[in-house]
Amino acid sequence: MAKKIGVYVCHCGSNIAGKVDCEGVADFAKGLKDVAVSRDYQFMCSDPGQEMIIKDIREHGLNRVVVASCSPRLHEKTFQQACARAGLNPYLLQHSCIREHCSWITADPEEATAKAKHIVEAAVERVGRHQELFSREVEVLPDVMVVGAGIAGIQASLDIAKSGHTVHLVEKSPSIGGHMAQFDKTFPTLDCAACISTPKMVAVSQEPNINLMTWSEVEDVSGFVGNYTATVLHKPRYINADVCTGCGACLEKCPTKALSEFDEGLGMRKAIYRNSPQAVPNTPVIDGTICKKITKDKCGICQTICPTGAIDYEMKETREVFHVGSIVLATGYDTMDPTPMAEYGFGKYDEVYTALQFERLNNAVGPTEGRIVMKNGKSPESVAIIHCVGSRDVNYHEYCSRTCCMYALKYDHLIKDKVGHNTNVYNFYIDMRCFGKGYEEFFKRVQEEGVTFIRGRPAEIVQENGKLVVVGEDTLLGMNVRVPVDMVVLCTAMEAQKDMAEVARVFGVAQGQDGFFLEEHPKLGPVSTATDGVFLAGACQGPKDIPDAVAHASGGAAQALALAAKGTVSISPTTSWINPDICVGCKVCVGLCPYSAIEFDDRRQIAVINEAMCKGCGSCAGYCPSGAAQIKHFNENQIFDEIDGLLGLLPGLPEIIDETGAQSVQARNVITPGEPA
Amino acid sequence: MNNEFEPTILAFVCNWCTYTAADLAGTSRMVQQPNLRLVRMMCTGMVDPKYIVKSLLSGADGVLVSGCHPGDCHYINGNYKARRRVKLLNEILPQFGIEKERVKLTWVGASEGNEFAATVNNFINEIRELGPMEACSMAVV
Ligand SMILES: Cc1cc2nc3c(=O)[nH]c(=O)nc-3n(C[C@H](O)[C@H](O)[C@H](O)COP(=O)(O)OP(=O)(O)OC[C@H]3O[C@@H](n4cnc5c(N)ncnc54)[C@H](O)[C@@H]3O)c2cc1C
Ligand code: SF4
Ligand code: SF4
Ligand code: FES
Repeated sequence: MAKKIGVYVCHCGSNIAGKVDCEGVADFAKGLKDVAVSRDYQFMCSDPGQEMIIKDIREHGLNRVVVASCSPRLHEKTFQQACARAGLNPYLLQHSCIREHCSWITADPEEATAKAKHIVEAAVERVGRHQELFSREVEVLPDVMVVGAGIAGIQASLDIAKSGHTVHLVEKSPSIGGHMAQFDKTFPTLDCAACISTPKMVAVSQEPNINLMTWSEVEDVSGFVGNYTATVLHKPRYINADVCTGCGACLEKCPTKALSEFDEGLGMRKAIYRNSPQAVPNTPVIDGTICKKITKDKCGICQTICPTGAIDYEMKETREVFHVGSIVLATGYDTMDPTPMAEYGFGKYDEVYTALQFERLNNAVGPTEGRIVMKNGKSPESVAIIHCVGSRDVNYHEYCSRTCCMYALKYDHLIKDKVGHNTNVYNFYIDMRCFGKGYEEFFKRVQEEGVTFIRGRPAEIVQENGKLVVVGEDTLLGMNVRVPVDMVVLCTAMEAQKDMAEVARVFGVAQGQDGFFLEEHPKLGPVSTATDGVFLAGACQGPKDIPDAVAHASGGAAQALALAAKGTVSISPTTSWINPDICVGCKVCVGLCPYSAIEFDDRRQIAVINEAMCKGCGSCAGYCPSGAAQIKHFNENQIFDEIDGLLGLLPGLPEIIDETGAQSVQARNVITPGEPA
Repeated sequence: MNNEFEPTILAFVCNWCTYTAADLAGTSRMVQQPNLRLVRMMCTGMVDPKYIVKSLLSGADGVLVSGCHPGDCHYINGNYKARRRVKLLNEILPQFGIEKERVKLTWVGASEGNEFAATVNNFINEIRELGPMEACSMAVV
């Protein structure tokens, strides 16, 4: 079909027309190839402006439209919709900018007009190559998968379940609650962690719309937004959860012990164990790597004790497949192991603790039943709390972990409260960052409790005369300090989970430079990821305290629900396409695609795009040595013609040939307005 | 003659960062010399070196490629791919008699309108200094 292009040059009041001779540009466009109509108008985006385009499309049978006005980032959609209303495929529009990139930034009116002509020329050239493209609507499955059942995963699951959608909640440890379950009190309000989290954990286990799977991991995910297939691996618990009443009789008699992960290595657990008496679910788990029955076929005592016959040493791992519309990742964080920072003597000196260990010391069901005591059972007379261990440190993590200042203040208070007001507490800090609601007030309150703050990162901790001596500089006083204490707490950095890279790969999301999952946009897309239909919740996106993790999680839940509630999602057609006749099967694009959207068809020996996963970034097309991979709406022909237009190389223009036979550069640069093609 | 020479420059810029910065420079009325024309790409990773070579051979005196700062690419790492491609191109171009200074890669983030205007003006000045593209007279497009 013959091309019939309509060109519309907008005055934008005087914003464009003040500099650019819009009428002149429209006149110039009349002379360009295939242009059937060319007009200028006061405000193209206004209703009459849009009506003008619609009327022309209908009356003149236009099949391509160029609008030259403000930035396409503002009004491309407006004009695409106008085209669509007139029955023209919206991708047959080219919207070019002669305001932000021309009239507003060019001093001289003649130069501005000349530049606008080049821009319009390029748009006319490009639009001639445009093709009809159609977005696809795909169905969104109603169920949602939430991965990780810390406070963030719990919040997200409860939010989603409340709407009536089914949540498949996958937690890799034996019970839910994440780090919060290890704490005793929480800043800044000092409410008891269990009192505020247990009701939520119980709600999860009782909510009929939540399918809770603990001791399970997601092994494989395939598919795309609206239609993900996830394979969940259930590790063998060796206890039949349907029969177990959680009485705990088995826990008493088991003779095999190991260091308790939940108590951060401060206490022992049995081979059959649960993290705490309030664990949800309260079904224990048998550690198959140490259980004597499973490893050596000895013992078997728990089976003889269990009143319900729930123990099953033969249990095997199983797999279950789920089809979900979207996925919320809430896998949380790890704390940094301070052993490599030899100067602080963790692992060398008995009384140097990590913050999480200190949380366990405080916890009423922890190894000391909540008493802050040293390994010798005595209360410390003085405690040093070292902030920013591994945070704000170029050798470890450059970022601030955002919670340490605050939990250090929490410890200050707890020590004063539990050990006694005469206990000396020293905080070694770099800066106090008490940014949240009620946080500065908490800081003030703790200061008034008589805690010492020393500004400076300690150089080392040494042992002298049965005391630990913190050696450092007080940078405010400008003098060296040596503070002898009985106990040291290291506020170790929150960091990405050890297996984050593997988890990122399974779910097709990226990690930022800090190792945490990368959000779609640092400001405007903090819960979505570059992979449509995969959202983030809580500290897996970066260090967060509980209020922020919970708010973030509700955000992730809202995003998942928005998809599920609508039931369909429209997929942009501006994806890559690989011409099967041209692809040589070199496979380079397969490795380049950041979204794993390219599959290799072994039978045909060519690469094939999965359009539902492709984001149209062009990494493949920018490389493809044979030119087989092309981005729809940004293909080679379109860009080449746009370049020609911008350089004033429209076919049919008189080429000025100099004596060497080559086109003269000078001549091309002076192709001026008014010189019609 | 160099005094009269006014270069023509094309810039391939990514939609998410540098194009947005160009919008901001416009909204803030930061005056720029008129010699540079923008081609909007979705990401610098989309900029096929062919486009750069084609521009130079078709009469551009310089080509700017500009996108999001490292780590900020909307498509994870397209800008790193662009960096590799431009680096290679910079090594190859001199073999064809094209000064490597004619092709430049920069990062201009969406909020850096002033940075964009400065980049544009500086690059235009650099190319004006360098003089017109001569090499294309030897090549057939
Ligand atoms: C020492 C310390 C003290 C703190 N004290 C306070 C405080 O007093 N007040 C406060 O507001 N904040 C405090 N915080 C911060 C608080 O811990 C976090 O805000 C909160 O735990 C974040 O919750 P989350 O659910 O995002 O992550 P997590 O609590 O880490 O939960 C993540 C969950 O996901 C599971 N998981 C991980 N990977 C997978 C996987 N691949 N598959 C399935 N499941 C997986 C984990 O087992 C875990 O259950 C403290 C932090 C530290 C380090
Ligand atoms: S890079 Fe191009 S030629 Fe190679 S496999 Fe991909 S599409 Fe085919
Ligand atoms: S355009 Fe980007 S997302 Fe799409 S297939 Fe190519 S590399 Fe992958
Ligand atoms: S999106 Fe800007 S460089 Fe990739």
